[in-house]
Amino acid sequence: MSLPFASFVHDDEFIYVLYIIAFALFIIGLGGLTGPRTAVRGNRIAAVGMAIAVIATLLIDGMGNWVLIVMGVVVGTVVGVPAARNVKMTAMPQMVALFNGVGGGAVALIAWAEFRNTGGFSGEATYVVVFELFAAIVGSISFWGSNIAFAKLQEILPGKPIVLPAQQLINVALLAVCVGFGVAIATGTDSQWVFIGILVAAALLGNFVVLPIGGADMPVVISMLNAFTGLSAAATGMALNNPALIVAGMIVGASGSILTNLMAKAMNRSIPSIVAGGFGGAGALPAAGAD
Amino acid sequence: MLVTNLAILVLAGFVGYYVISKVPNTLHTPLMSGTNAIHGIVLLGGLVVLGLGVDGWLSKLLLVIAIAFGTINVVGGFLVTDRMLEMFKGKDPKKVAA
Repeated sequence: MSLPFASFVHDDEFIYVLYIIAFALFIIGLGGLTGPRTAVRGNRIAAVGMAIAVIATLLIDGMGNWVLIVMGVVVGTVVGVPAARNVKMTAMPQMVALFNGVGGGAVALIAWAEFRNTGGFSGEATYVVVFELFAAIVGSISFWGSNIAFAKLQEILPGKPIVLPAQQLINVALLAVCVGFGVAIATGTDSQWVFIGILVAAALLGNFVVLPIGGADMPVVISMLNAFTGLSAAATGMALNNPALIVAGMIVGASGSILTNLMAKAMNRSIPSIVAGGFGGAGALPAAGAD
Repeated sequence: MLVTNLAILVLAGFVGYYVISKVPNTLHTPLMSGTNAIHGIVLLGGLVVLGLGVDGWLSKLLLVIAIAFGTINVVGGFLVTDRMLEMFKGKDPKKVAA
């Protein structure tokens, strides 16, 4: 940037200060969201925090590719705003599932781009590789799992549980593929096909984990996938050394896990029995905690 | 760097745990939706990786899609949460359930 008097805004420290303000607003906002009177304001405070975090990131010294960045943001806004504005109140849970899914998808795509960008993570610290692989696997599971949750709630797929024979065995095998391929990459394989193999195995796993779950349990599952996406975002932050991603992602990962548990309890269900599947039935959807 | 970031990670985990430990059942869905919007922060990851430079059209395409996805997550998430919470203003607890 050519404005000398404004050069301090590109300082790492200034950007960190903005990130810290953003964290504070996220935490205040989330606190607000836990009370009926403060919830609307809490959500808006968190949104302001997000705007600050985005602006801070755009100020990072050396940012370029502005046309592509603007393109991505515009496309996202043009798709996201009308979708959020026009969705019927009764269709909110599946909308949240979709929004959660694209978040997970973004995580997986960033990991893939980083894999390509670094020549198969060559020369990266081991911990960076591990966090990137975690992000790729969990992001992909969250994307596909959320899409299935959406399709079930939207009745594109039948709400009743869909189970393959030897489902558990298949899931364990897919997880083993993810881990095995991940070890191959961590120990030096730079073939992109191995990485794509991880994304595909994780995608299948995401499908197979949610397909056996009945429609009535879906809000709990969406909450669980929400926590997954948060954790994968935090992992991306660890790999990219970006504190905003670490803090926001981990807050969601932790609060989402607790919330999943609370929601299951409110519906008199236990998470293990939900994930084991087959109980939720195809019937009407009680909103989480509707009692 | 790793240790500092791990410390941040662990502390953020505790914050997430304690900040929502007491939440009424009616607020479960909006809270899920609000936290959902917050993890849209992955958008920043796409901005950093693309903005600081990548080679090749495929990497750029992946990142543009990632940024679009992240933006959908953020703007859609906050807007949907706002709409859900608007229902609380009616003060009719039955309406809150959706």
